[in-house]
Amino acid sequence: MTVESEYSPDADRIMAVSLGPQHPGAGHFRIKLWLDGDFLVRSEPDAGYVHRGEEKMGEYRNYIQNVPHLERPVILDSCGILMPYALGVDELMGNSIPPRAQYLRVIMCEANRIISHMYYLGILGIFVGHSTMIEWAMGDRDFWIDFAERIGGARVTFAYIIPGGVRNDMPAFAVEKGLKTCDWFDKRLDEYEKIFLKNPLFLQRSEGVGVLSKEDAIRLGTTGTVLRASGVKHDLRRDEPYCVYPELDFEVPVLEGGDSWARAYVALLEMRESVKIIRQALKKIPPGPVRLKLGPQPRVPAGEVYSRTEAARGEMSYHIISDGSPRPYRLKIGTPSFKNLRALPHLLRNVHVADIPVIYWSLNYWPVEADR
Amino acid sequence: MTFEMSQANTPQPGTVAKPPAVPSSPPAQPKPEPARAKDLSVRINSRFPTVAVNWMKEKRLKVTTTPDKVKEVAFFVRDDLGFDHISAVSGVDWIAKNELEIVYFAGSVKPGWADFVVAVAERVARDNPVAPTLIEVWPGAEYHERETHEMLGINFQGHPNQSHLLLPEDWNDLPPLRKDYVSPGR
Repeated sequence: MTVESEYSPDADRIMAVSLGPQHPGAGHFRIKLWLDGDFLVRSEPDAGYVHRGEEKMGEYRNYIQNVPHLERPVILDSCGILMPYALGVDELMGNSIPPRAQYLRVIMCEANRIISHMYYLGILGIFVGHSTMIEWAMGDRDFWIDFAERIGGARVTFAYIIPGGVRNDMPAFAVEKGLKTCDWFDKRLDEYEKIFLKNPLFLQRSEGVGVLSKEDAIRLGTTGTVLRASGVKHDLRRDEPYCVYPELDFEVPVLEGGDSWARAYVALLEMRESVKIIRQALKKIPPGPVRLKLGPQPRVPAGEVYSRTEAARGEMSYHIISDGSPRPYRLKIGTPSFKNLRALPHLLRNVHVADIPVIYWSLNYWPVEADR
Repeated sequence: MTFEMSQANTPQPGTVAKPPAVPSSPPAQPKPEPARAKDLSVRINSRFPTVAVNWMKEKRLKVTTTPDKVKEVAFFVRDDLGFDHISAVSGVDWIAKNELEIVYFAGSVKPGWADFVVAVAERVARDNPVAPTLIEVWPGAEYHERETHEMLGINFQGHPNQSHLLLPEDWNDLPPLRKDYVSPGR
């Protein structure tokens, strides 16, 4: 921690401290803190250390060239960030996606949701000093990465979901591997519940810490696990169904607490549902083509579209404007971390310094995703 | 892309006065999309006759207004139509028309309307891009507006803090998402 040479004008005892910019587990980020002893009076997030200008880059590349660089902000959830992009471009072009491709999109999105949530819970574990959690979570996450690798060919950034379908078909042995991983992972989730989420030590650190009320969660525009942990049943997979989600049976877990523990537990419950979805999709997937022949430089008719889906951290959205040329005129990316960022200064005030890491990381905030 | 309204969905005389923005009963059988969009657009136009309402698609309605009326329209969209949170704020540089467009995408968590997005758009002149902030309507818009300010140079009047959020503090070039800003090496 470095101390800034600025003091609050109203009270000599308030000290301004800069937490970061460092890499607390997900990318460079800084929070400005105003402290009274070990009591946090107020705070202000300072984002932008990993801003890459993805939106400007998108205007220089055509619709297919945009695929690989758009997934870089969220390497753990790379299918989650490409899904609304592909849906938006498909909608502009009027593509009708083959059913097998839609199933593959759903399978990969759900595998990415598990990969992302495992990382989230693992880092949350190490933030509260629970070393076993990070070791277990990182290890088990790898089995899902293995599964995704069998379909997408890479371990984190697959560039798998593209306008017009998916990049390649799934090999037959991936089904068996997927079903095996599902069965095994269900049992592991029970163990995670025992060792971490129902562990009295973790409960002490997270229960009642950083409570976000239902009204504030809606008012501040939060999304994803943060919103659902505050008692709002809002999940675009259920509310604005896309791809083949209507054909699959799953629940939307909602908790009422709104505290850091609820935000973590919702993520665990969501992984159970993701396993359910993957298992059903692997059994139901029909044969057929997986990709339309769009060519390397598809012509996209002029138009405007706002597409959104439920990515791992919440609502991922794109505002795409096409002027009929091969490149988008405007490509606005709305990421869930950026939408949840407003809740951070709201929660990080009137708490103790020891609660900062738990509150910060329970929001599932990913600086690279927010900065784009 | 505008969505041609079909003749079959012309509003019944009673639809204008129908109060619930949110269906009072649980949405077991949601109404077909065009009817819902139609209903909303009639309600907006009956309150603001000069505002242009058109479809982006069935579940997206775009309301184009002017900076002096945008706050009133936004309050109406929030309080009367029930779109309670901001989903994203986008800005577009229409350089050929010498205009900047600001688009607020408002969503709802209310059952039955959770799949719908109302976009409240306004256009300002490129050489004098001033618009009122909508933080008091949707507090979640604060950082979105701050980003739109630095990326497109729009001055949101009444915004508490318009310092750089994503760009470096010492950025002194054009706002990068304006079309006349060219990335280095291009």
